[in-house]
Amino acid sequence: MLNPTPTLKSTLKALLYLAPLLVLTAVFILWPLLNAFLICLYTKYNYYTGHVGALGWANFSYLWHDPVFHLAARNTLLLVLVAVPLSVALALAIALGINQIPRLAGFFQTVYFLPFVTSTVAIGLVWNWIFRLDGGLLNRLLNLLHIPAIDWLNDPHYSLAALIIVCIWQGLGFNIILFLAGLNHIDHRFARAAELDGASDWQRFTNVTWPLLMPITILVIVNTSITNFKVFDQVYVLFHGAAGPGDADLTLMVYLYQKFYVENQMAVAAACGVVFFLCVSALTLITVGYFHHRQRQLGGR
Amino acid sequence: MAHPIRTTLWYLLLTAGAILTLLPFGWMVITSLQPAATTLTATTTWLPKSLQWLNYWHVWQAAPFARYCLNSLLVTVATTAGELFTSLLAAFAFTHLRFYGQRWLFALMVALMLVPGELLLIPNFITLAHLHWINTYAALILPWLASPFMLVALHQAFKAQPQTLYLAARLDGASDWQYLWHVLVPINRPIITAVALLQVIGSWNAFMWPLIVTNTDALRTLPVGLMTFTSDQGTNYPLLMAASVCVILPLFILYLACQKYLILGVTASRLKG
Repeated sequence: MLNPTPTLKSTLKALLYLAPLLVLTAVFILWPLLNAFLICLYTKYNYYTGHVGALGWANFSYLWHDPVFHLAARNTLLLVLVAVPLSVALALAIALGINQIPRLAGFFQTVYFLPFVTSTVAIGLVWNWIFRLDGGLLNRLLNLLHIPAIDWLNDPHYSLAALIIVCIWQGLGFNIILFLAGLNHIDHRFARAAELDGASDWQRFTNVTWPLLMPITILVIVNTSITNFKVFDQVYVLFHGAAGPGDADLTLMVYLYQKFYVENQMAVAAACGVVFFLCVSALTLITVGYFHHRQRQLGGR
Repeated sequence: MAHPIRTTLWYLLLTAGAILTLLPFGWMVITSLQPAATTLTATTTWLPKSLQWLNYWHVWQAAPFARYCLNSLLVTVATTAGELFTSLLAAFAFTHLRFYGQRWLFALMVALMLVPGELLLIPNFITLAHLHWINTYAALILPWLASPFMLVALHQAFKAQPQTLYLAARLDGASDWQYLWHVLVPINRPIITAVALLQVIGSWNAFMWPLIVTNTDALRTLPVGLMTFTSDQGTNYPLLMAASVCVILPLFILYLACQKYLILGVTASRLKG
């Protein structure tokens, strides 16, 4: 190192390099972060004049008593609880498959990753067309199997299922890539040793691959959960700006958008954002805590 | 392979999955070539009787898609280039320069990686509204020029280079600025390409923020413009699908050309963070 300890001069020089990032971070990340926690406490907030009546918990108690918010929370939770396990299990199976086959692995990887680079809005329109009652692809296929047509986007019993299908379809590729990276990190000698000891394929998976893949699996689960907590674009496009029949596809982000942009209730929307942030942070912290716990366990051995 | 049956089963599963993945794309292309302005129903034939390539021309005329394209391109390029610039400079400073509060500042940037953009949506909108910057390019670009994620990813890569390289360059008379642009950037091209690609994809496909901060066709980006087009066209699916193809295709081509880097970016971003 040329300058092992910082001096006033080296600090000034570093500041020249840091200035663009620091200024932008302060204005567009730090300041709004603090602001978000302030705005959610504003009561009687007039956005146009910037006038704040008082500070208090009114916005949170509004959320607590708002049945629409309850519905949004329920839908989001349902979406996460159904989409995440399915998405993770499918991604793991496909990654294991790609890892096992002798040829075409690159081709499959390319195909499965395509939805990740696809515009959610553009493909959302395609899904809107696929789910259509009259002439949509899905009902045409069901018709071939002699299953009566389902009005996916207008029947509240099915519209959340439609959203879940879209979310899984779009999130799968990203998870597959992470699992493949994890599988490549596993030392092949472990599997080879287990094979020599006479372990069956299934035993090798449960006793060698699965435990060694655990850190990646948890990462994928948390990542997928957060992504599905944030679902907005898909709902907006599938239902042309609405939240599904009888708000059946109203997610937390759609609720935030409606309060913020449609109803101009900035403070309530900000409170919703804070609730969302706390959920996501709790999820992240639990994961980080788990990793520390495991590392201590491994270190103690 | 030792287990031909098992391998065959894997191929069957993977092929089925691949077909399901590609199905929406295929359906999109097929529909985009159906005759437009006729209502498509269950009785419409699966494949178009004659391919209506003119649909693509009609889309281009029916809405200011050229303008949307230009806006998307401008926002994507400016965001990615600007973000790379701020992050490269800062990552260099964190790697090779020494300053007061260095550890503290880096810890702060790592912590900021965890802040979801959705939380900042409302306060950022209010800031821009008070600056009268709503419906400007500045609103579309500026808030995205600081990326803690990109800083941390580049810092990781820079740290992996031996310190002796920096010393050697300095002894040969290179300034810090020269070292950054003539040594560090060229040898880290793969990871820089990777994080840049992730940003390009994010910017090109971004929807919620452009939806909120734009309200005229002159400023709309492709995804927002596509939604506007949708409300005009209703259920004219052939035209909608043709428009969707136009939005999706550029990134498809980019992805097929740079797949290697993109996968590097995804794994680097998640496995180390």
